[in-house]
Amino acid sequence: MMKKLLSAVALLASSLAMAAGPTIPLDKAPIDLRDTASLQNGAKLFQNYCLGCHQMQYQRYSRTFRDLGIPEELGMEHLMFTGEKVGDHITNAMPADYAENSFGVLPPDLTNVARVRGADWLYTYLRTFYVDDSRPFGVNNKVFPLVGMPHVLQELQGVPYQAYETRLVDGQPKEIYVGIRTDGSGELSPEEYDRAVADLVNYMVYTGEPTKLEARSLGIKVMIFLLIFFVLAYLLKKEYWKDVH
Amino acid sequence: MFKNMMSWIEYRLPFMDKMNLHVMQYPAPKNFNFWYFFGSLAMLVLVNQIVTGIWLTMNYEPSAEGAFASIEYIMRDVEYGWLLRYMHSTGASAFFVVVYLHMLRGMMYGSYQKPRELLWIFGMLIFLVLMAEAFMGYMLPWGQMSFWGAQVIISIFGVIPFIGDDLTLWIRGDYVISGATLNRFFALHVIALPLVLVILVFLHIMALHEVGSNNPDGIDIKRDNDGSVELTEADKKFTFHQYFTKGGKKVIVDAIPFHPYYTVKDLVGVAGFLLAFAFVIFFVPEGGGFFLEPPNFEVANPMKTPEHIAPVWYFTPFYAILRAIPDPLLGAIAMFLAILALALLPWIDRGKVRSVRYRCELHRWNLVMFCISFVALGILGVLPATPTYTVLSQIFSFTYFAFFGLLWLYSKNEKTKPLPVRLT
Repeated sequence: MMKKLLSAVALLASSLAMAAGPTIPLDKAPIDLRDTASLQNGAKLFQNYCLGCHQMQYQRYSRTFRDLGIPEELGMEHLMFTGEKVGDHITNAMPADYAENSFGVLPPDLTNVARVRGADWLYTYLRTFYVDDSRPFGVNNKVFPLVGMPHVLQELQGVPYQAYETRLVDGQPKEIYVGIRTDGSGELSPEEYDRAVADLVNYMVYTGEPTKLEARSLGIKVMIFLLIFFVLAYLLKKEYWKDVH
Repeated sequence: MFKNMMSWIEYRLPFMDKMNLHVMQYPAPKNFNFWYFFGSLAMLVLVNQIVTGIWLTMNYEPSAEGAFASIEYIMRDVEYGWLLRYMHSTGASAFFVVVYLHMLRGMMYGSYQKPRELLWIFGMLIFLVLMAEAFMGYMLPWGQMSFWGAQVIISIFGVIPFIGDDLTLWIRGDYVISGATLNRFFALHVIALPLVLVILVFLHIMALHEVGSNNPDGIDIKRDNDGSVELTEADKKFTFHQYFTKGGKKVIVDAIPFHPYYTVKDLVGVAGFLLAFAFVIFFVPEGGGFFLEPPNFEVANPMKTPEHIAPVWYFTPFYAILRAIPDPLLGAIAMFLAILALALLPWIDRGKVRSVRYRCELHRWNLVMFCISFVALGILGVLPATPTYTVLSQIFSFTYFAFFGLLWLYSKNEKTKPLPVRLT
């Protein structure tokens, strides 16, 4: 048992050393939960590009429609494809064993993904796929090396590749990674693609915590109340303690 | 009519008398400072945990299949479910914040010294039960950290020779952590431990009221009534319950009735605390990833170990001590001793002067070193165990225990400062 535990600790230590996280610094995701247009676009992108494999099994269509200001009829017409009810959770029909066979792992549920990974991680991840013929789907990722996910947004971004520049390092010319470039075959320009990814990430930040805006506005009221309460309590204390001092 | 009814009740259950004894005519030293807020705050958080816990239970489903989804249901579909859940999750961390500060207060002013040893022991028992309660509660959302954190902590019991493996099996109720474990942890979390906690808190307060509150000067407010005590005008102003004067055998100096003076003062503390508490709940409920850890927003997956398993912040000082020692059994023993040493403080400290204000200079610095060690261990327990951090953990584990060793040595013949006659 002790040996087992020791080897587990050793394994943990070595895996920690290896799992050094993303190989590149993360870009800051421009998140704005009040930007309804961005959230709506994000929801549209999610329904069209992600839902085939990933679910949002804790988020209901009706919640998304209500919070994003999408009229139900419009939402049902444009964002619901397989005849679900508006109160249903956002799920797909992909059987789990089929998904595991196809991708090696079950594509994770994305309701809370922004709370697990962080918005910056997602924003960088979706913008750093690159062509890599050694991978089953022909692409690899800078943030999540050897990821088992195809580059589903390729028709928007175009075919991405890693760009290198020759620079002098210690007097020796070296190839340095400078970012992802595309072949220009995508529907969107690089700026538009970044914007689209930002919208998608914005939507996932929203689904991670749909109550965030409500919490903030209620929170301000509670804090104001507590401040007044604090002052009154202090004055009351002062009044009573006149007897003591 | 009302008066008759009250006296009818009073005759059968002396409610007003008990209220006078414990609240309206309970003598409290008049010099309580900032550090004395945390007892009442701990009580407030306990009530918060119980009330929000009851409402959370109404929609929580204690099964491996449904637990995670039911939490998301509470967060999304239950009216103000998110608020209840954040109050409960933030409350868990707040509980440890106030309890750690409460314990530090006791250490600073020697509140564990004679005759308050039993009071301190009840407090330590509360702390132990609280740790168990928090640990089991953290498993209930059935996220990745719920699962793997529990895996790590339960495996600590496995290092005990001979019975270790059977013991972990007994705790889990299964060969691995499973729905069976979740079910029993749920039962313990919502019924058994809260019940024990409430009883211990009751005993803690009864023990406190029997021996009376200590104070920042660490001198007694109850003196023998042998004519040696000169009462001031202020002393004569208030009446205290005859129980405390022992029928005139004792006089009480520099005291004020708990109610209304400390109830209104504690109300200020409550307001201040709630400001900070509400700020976390409404604006940063994850507490920077320390109150709710990011991997816990992903459902438990026994096949996928998270990259870095760290217990919740309030366990990390003890976790760092566990990890600092290479041998798992010795590490577990050291962790256990770290808590036991605190419980034995009344006997480790052989001094007669209570408050740090009037003890030797070394004691002051020893306390500072203890605080630094505790915080440093807390930080190290969050970080991965790299060789550098392990050495640091070993150093701070040593200084943590050195506090108790030094205290035992210098407290015997300590050079203390003269005590004041009256509270300052």
